[in-house]
Amino acid sequence: MAQVLAVVIFVVMFVMIIMEKFEKHYITLTCAALTLLFVFGLGMHSFTAVEETLNVRSIFTTEFWHVAGEAKESSSGINWATILFLAGMMIMVEGMARVGFFRWLCMRIAKMVHYKTLSIFITFMIMSFVLAMFIDSITVILFLAAVTIELARLLKFDMVPMIMAEIFCANLGGSATMCGDPPNIIIGTALGYSFADFLTNTGLIAVVALIITLVFFYFSFRKRLMKGGEKVDLSVMPDPKSAILDGKGFVISTIIFVVTVVLLVTHGSTGLTVATIGVFVAVVTLITTAIVAGKKGIQEIIHGVDYKTLLFFTGLFVVVGGLEQTGILEIIAEAIQNVSGGNAYLMVAIIIWVSAIASAFIDNIPFAATMVPVINTLSAATGVPLATLAWALAMGTDIGGSATPIGASANVVGTATAAKAGHPISWGEYCKHAVPATCIALAISTIMIFMRYI
Amino acid sequence: MGKQVIIAISREYGSGGHHIAELLAQRFELPLYDHKLLDHIAEEKGMDLSKLKKYDEGLRKPFMHRQVRGMSNSPEEIVAEMQFEFIRGKADAGESFIVVGRNAETVLKGCEGLVTFFVLGNREEKLARIMEVRQMSEDVAKIALLRHDRERKAYHNHYSKMKWGDSRNYSMCINSSVLGLEATADIMEQFVREKMKEHQAQ
Repeated sequence: MAQVLAVVIFVVMFVMIIMEKFEKHYITLTCAALTLLFVFGLGMHSFTAVEETLNVRSIFTTEFWHVAGEAKESSSGINWATILFLAGMMIMVEGMARVGFFRWLCMRIAKMVHYKTLSIFITFMIMSFVLAMFIDSITVILFLAAVTIELARLLKFDMVPMIMAEIFCANLGGSATMCGDPPNIIIGTALGYSFADFLTNTGLIAVVALIITLVFFYFSFRKRLMKGGEKVDLSVMPDPKSAILDGKGFVISTIIFVVTVVLLVTHGSTGLTVATIGVFVAVVTLITTAIVAGKKGIQEIIHGVDYKTLLFFTGLFVVVGGLEQTGILEIIAEAIQNVSGGNAYLMVAIIIWVSAIASAFIDNIPFAATMVPVINTLSAATGVPLATLAWALAMGTDIGGSATPIGASANVVGTATAAKAGHPISWGEYCKHAVPATCIALAISTIMIFMRYI
Repeated sequence: MGKQVIIAISREYGSGGHHIAELLAQRFELPLYDHKLLDHIAEEKGMDLSKLKKYDEGLRKPFMHRQVRGMSNSPEEIVAEMQFEFIRGKADAGESFIVVGRNAETVLKGCEGLVTFFVLGNREEKLARIMEVRQMSEDVAKIALLRHDRERKAYHNHYSKMKWGDSRNYSMCINSSVLGLEATADIMEQFVREKMKEHQAQ
């Protein structure tokens, strides 16, 4: 009874998210309330399940903020570490956006390569990858696509290939670190992996994939990009410094960003958890903004924080908790085990490619949140190292989303920005380039995981 | 002309609503914004018109697009929003004009000089007009009538809380088959002039 209810609520939630009749956070929060009431209450009569899923107690433990050994959040229920970390990063990013950091960076790099179209193409792809390693891909694409459109109009080149390549690299960059893409934060905090763990494992795969896809996109788009390029008077180009809206705030934001990167890279050895880093970043950003820009600056930042995504996550974790508590995820794990016959190669391939195909069409966040307990069970049952399955899941969910215009948030934002500038990108045009690039990156991931871990 | 006047005309396919809009544009000497509205947008923003045209008054394809932070990547929705912004901009600038379709009665709701019409027609007259104007056979005209009205209804209802053709949503609903296009235009003209008088007096 409880199992059936948990599955029904989960499926309804997924369908409602796809249909977009209501905002996503309303859907997950309503489904979370239904899970608490019907699955845990009526179905299981278990207050312990409610307690474990709400997971509030974990916040009041020392391990939540600082760990001496291997960090490990409970994979069950609401992952508060993910939510606090995301909130902190959102506040930091809003602070950076407020002072004009991203626009300045894009304009500075374009100037550095003397506004040559192909050089901008390559450097913007790399910049997209690097920024997305630390900052959410939506923000990266919002700013990068806006500057690309501005430059395309001034330099008279086709903006579509550049925006498409930037989107792909943002998704790829997101796979390289623990904080790059929400599935990685969920995987990292739930299974106890550090930023450095991701960087040395998925990061390495992502860099190799980046090099190959750079070559692929270069040859795919070279002719199209060269077509419109005209010699322009460089003196008419906007001065990168004009992008900086608040000099003092700019310096402070840059310092906070660098400190955050250092804290993330070293958190495996310092013992600070991502929750601590998130709270620290948020507090420092808000205090310094209050000093530099006063109440107005704070309001601007708070207004920009995407609280709907945080609520979406909270509801989602409860619904997935319903599946976990009722044993549904164990059944899925058993099914994967049976299909693969315990063969590690087959198991990894299934996780990467099924995750990728699913992520190309549906939101990869609920998918990853559902799969984390599944790979945990799978690893315990088959003896395949958990890390191997975790890297397979991260690469599959992160990269798979690149294949279609709806696969990842960055794709939606990028294609919407291009369409608003008068360049709608059809499914056909998008997939013609994105599907081969995605397949290349997935093939590289599969081969590297096979060679390195099995 | 004095105070601002905006005439928004919604119409059933084959009712001659567009022709009536042209007549009113001549009589009031006002610019007419219809499907050519995209020409103005493309020219103003330096966009390629052919890339926008195929999405004009089109329907968002289900499951093919998503929304992130309020941004939709459906070209149909983006093109529609561009047109809404354009007519909103014209209205905010105090310009007087006539607009056909584009959900104008909803988009411009609250504008002081706004007069909204819904032009409908009897099926037989509409079919006859479609066959004559579009040079179609009766069978093809029947299909076209059904398809266009279905699309217009869906487009309207996607962006508006009020239903397409619901009389509560318009200043006047008028059946062009009863008196013909010229006489219908006369009545609508008279209605607008009365409204303008009232508007000027305020």
